[in-house]
Amino acid sequence: MSDVAHDALDFAPPAEVEEMELYHPKTWIGKYVWSQDAKVIAIQYGITAILIGLVALVLSVIMRLQLGFPHTFDFIDPANYLQFVTMHGMIMVIYLLTALFLGGFGNYLIPLMVGARDMVFPYVNMISYWVYLLAVLVLVASIFVPGGSTGAGWTLYPPQAISPGTPGIDGGIILMLVSLVLFIIGFTMGGLNYIVTVLQARTRGMSLMRLPLTVWGIFMATVLALLAFPALFVSAIMMLLDRLVGTSFFMPAMVSLGEQTSYDGGSPLLFQHLFWFFGHPEVYIVALPAFGIVSDLLSTHARKAIFGYRMMVWAIVAIGALSFVVWAHHMYVSGMNPYFGFFFATTTLIIAVPTALKVYNWVLTLWRGNIRLNVPMLFAIGFIFTFINGGLTGLFLGNVTIDLPLSDTYFVVAHFHMVMAVSPILVVFGAIYHWYPKITGRMLNDTLGKIHFWITFLGTYAIYFPMHYLGFEGLPRRYFSYGDTEFMSASSQDLNAAITIAAIIVAFAQIFFLVNLFTSYFRGKLAGPNPWEATTLEWQTADTPPKHGNFGDELPVVYRWAYDYSVPNADLDYIPQNVSPSDLKKPTAGQQGEIEN
Amino acid sequence: MALAYVLIFLIVGSVLFHFISPWYLTPLASNWSTIDLTLDITFWVTGAVFIAVNVFMVYCVIKFRYNAKKRAEYQPENKKLEWWLTGLTSIGVVAMLTPGLFVWNEFVNVPEEAHVVEAIGQQWHWSFRMPGEDGRFGAVESRYVSDDNPLGMETDDPDGQDDIIIISPNVHLPIDKPVKINLRSKDVLHNFAVAQFRVKMDLVPGLITYLWFTPTKLGMFEILCEELCGVGHHTMRGKVIVDTQEDFDTWLAEQPTYAEVLARPVGDALIGQAQYAVCATCHGAQGEGNLPTHGPKLAGQEAWYLRRQINYFKEGTRGAHPDDQFGQEMAPMAATLFNDAAVENVIAYIETLPDMPAPTTITGNIEKGEKIYNVCGYCHGVDGEGIAALNAPRQAGMSDWYLATQLKNFRNRVRGAHDDDMYGMQMTMMADILQTDERVNDVIAYINTLPRPTEQLSLAAREND
Repeated sequence: MSDVAHDALDFAPPAEVEEMELYHPKTWIGKYVWSQDAKVIAIQYGITAILIGLVALVLSVIMRLQLGFPHTFDFIDPANYLQFVTMHGMIMVIYLLTALFLGGFGNYLIPLMVGARDMVFPYVNMISYWVYLLAVLVLVASIFVPGGSTGAGWTLYPPQAISPGTPGIDGGIILMLVSLVLFIIGFTMGGLNYIVTVLQARTRGMSLMRLPLTVWGIFMATVLALLAFPALFVSAIMMLLDRLVGTSFFMPAMVSLGEQTSYDGGSPLLFQHLFWFFGHPEVYIVALPAFGIVSDLLSTHARKAIFGYRMMVWAIVAIGALSFVVWAHHMYVSGMNPYFGFFFATTTLIIAVPTALKVYNWVLTLWRGNIRLNVPMLFAIGFIFTFINGGLTGLFLGNVTIDLPLSDTYFVVAHFHMVMAVSPILVVFGAIYHWYPKITGRMLNDTLGKIHFWITFLGTYAIYFPMHYLGFEGLPRRYFSYGDTEFMSASSQDLNAAITIAAIIVAFAQIFFLVNLFTSYFRGKLAGPNPWEATTLEWQTADTPPKHGNFGDELPVVYRWAYDYSVPNADLDYIPQNVSPSDLKKPTAGQQGEIEN
Repeated sequence: MALAYVLIFLIVGSVLFHFISPWYLTPLASNWSTIDLTLDITFWVTGAVFIAVNVFMVYCVIKFRYNAKKRAEYQPENKKLEWWLTGLTSIGVVAMLTPGLFVWNEFVNVPEEAHVVEAIGQQWHWSFRMPGEDGRFGAVESRYVSDDNPLGMETDDPDGQDDIIIISPNVHLPIDKPVKINLRSKDVLHNFAVAQFRVKMDLVPGLITYLWFTPTKLGMFEILCEELCGVGHHTMRGKVIVDTQEDFDTWLAEQPTYAEVLARPVGDALIGQAQYAVCATCHGAQGEGNLPTHGPKLAGQEAWYLRRQINYFKEGTRGAHPDDQFGQEMAPMAATLFNDAAVENVIAYIETLPDMPAPTTITGNIEKGEKIYNVCGYCHGVDGEGIAALNAPRQAGMSDWYLATQLKNFRNRVRGAHDDDMYGMQMTMMADILQTDERVNDVIAYINTLPRPTEQLSLAAREND
């Protein structure tokens, strides 16, 4: 058993990394605006992402109004409906979830959790945020140019994305592509930082197999992103050239609204392959941080070591690697060579195995635990339930044959919202309730948090579970209205109306969350350094919120893995990572106060 | 504890919903029962996992809830258990994947005896082609596509002369005969999907893609485009009508070959002038339109549109709805044009009439109208000039009171809802955004501001100078 990672050894290797010189700004602007402190950058990322995410939330409500009550609202028409759909999807996937998990949680948690003073390249890290902000502003600007934002769907498939007949082909699509290019540039700077920091700036004793799974999830997601985003980058550049200069990378000889075009020889399928070579790993860029974070939430609040840590790490790595060989399962009915179907269906179903294993291990973490059902835990369990549902429906779509009837229907919409919208966002909420006390020094209000959880969890299930059945019936996605289609039941419209009502309720419930974030900042209960009695390093800082440099005068030394909860014969039911076996008998900082469940 | 109860409620509710809810696969109408079977197998496997894992989680939430006096068990891992779970999961995956791959293999390999039909997609219509007696399709080329040659046929190719040309979103197929549908797009991506047949496939410009099935039920099945193709995406509809072999043969015999399409009669305006005398009573001697007799302006409207509408009136596709009073008056008039030649002649004459802008009779909020027209312009042209390739007639400079009547008719399904009105459904769905008569007037008020035909002419003349 001597090689087992979670063994606590009373030994710390000598320092490999020199103490870091930090740039300490003198002015308020230097501290909070042009800040090089990863924690401030994280908050900048977080606030920007949440604000733009609220825009996307409003767009989704507008879409649902049309679907639930067609032709009742005269400000929605077939053209701007597609613009709402497109912007909703793009914002949620890229500008909210990717930015929030990596730029937000990555920046805040990586240095603290690995025991570093800051990211390795703080200046580059700062620029990363400002380029991201610029990308968001360009994206928003695209709404206000003549013709409005693009309505090509978030997948931006050519030829339609840059051909007349689609809204926003004048300025909208150009700014959309420019914004994506900027986003990728900004992300690359941040992403390199996250990886180098995890690999190079861990404190003494923090071996890779002692890292909290949060760090593993974010780390692997960043690796994926750095390898996947370039595919989107070249796609965006080539499509910009097709649109602006008239090249034909993706554009074949074709007619457009009755007129011959001068395009020739390009391949629309090439774009789809490039897009999904990025797009599928993108699912895991969002999912892996969520997997990691939720593992830590479950372990901490169940007062139990994460079940099968090493399997969990290898599952993250395996899922990350496999995510690069499944992309064409988004293209079973795209007209690509149908023999690809055999390969991609097989790889896709194989990826279910490590993913299922993660689910088992989360549930087995609860098993024989001592579960505190506080708000972060509620969100974590809500995540498991939602993710099981979304993961299982993936087995329908991934199995090439079943994709034939279900592809491009509301089954797909329901599936991907369950698995990569609701699931990660439940983790985002859980994580915010979990780490808000560290970020601000104050607890979020428990009652508001519970109201927020119940409405969000039940509401999203009410939206998306029945939606699968609209897909079975054959209702296609991206339809402004369904007209008098004979095979669609009249009651499917009633179901759509019900879904819309649930969506509106869920959208409004987010007010509880925003109010909670705002008021608790001033009036929340003081948290103390370690309110959840957690083991990881961010809870062991000298100051709460941690100051620039994170750890006071001396960096912590790590003696054990991140999951020493309920260790037999220990005084407390948790042992922080920086407590050496010989210190165990002495009291540690910040363990007072039981948390009621 | 509330959490545990709610989770139990969700598990039971989900299972009940699955069995009770009225929404599920449409009744199968093709050979692809194997797809449904694969889906069922997947349902059983995933359903079992859904129940087992969630029930276990609920058990944990109840059994191991917090107790300050207790400690959780310290068990970092259990390799044996993890390998067991990996093994079981793998078995489940194999159970789902194996039938999936077998059925996919069937789908990829088209039976040799399948007959071939080509479906051609464009924004936002379907048309079809069958290979004719020689069993071979004539060559096509995207560069040949034009208003006169909508399918891009290579005119001289001998293989193409007997091709059956179906310029209609409705196609007939014989029952119980496997059919391979070759898919071709003229412009952007589309998707050929019929819910009851279960299979679907994208149309990709520059490629020929395919799918196959054997229709097993008589009747009408809707074709939906399921790959986003622009503003008219949701209205890109067609129909597969599955016939007995006899009915199919009858239908097929009525469809023109490409050679016949090329040999269509050309109208004679001189003969048409005499026939036009009947029309003139209502539409005016110059085809200028006349509100008191409810005859809209004809001069300046394009031939393809006049042809289709005259034929609709003749067949009873238009003018048969009880609420379409003026359409009912038109139907017997159209019947006086007793054959295709007569129709072509009168159209040829109308094309010679001077195109003077119709007087404006409708006012509305032009600014609001412009916003609405943003959608209309995708098909009818930003200047309301009409685009033949999209089956969208001209609006600018035509009788505005007539536009108002027709928009309301479309919205109220008085026009466009007839089964044989090939492109009417599209307009009914679009007219749904004109919720009130006020909005109808607004959009027409905006159309009235679009360049008039004479203005367009003088603009063109100025540009030429």
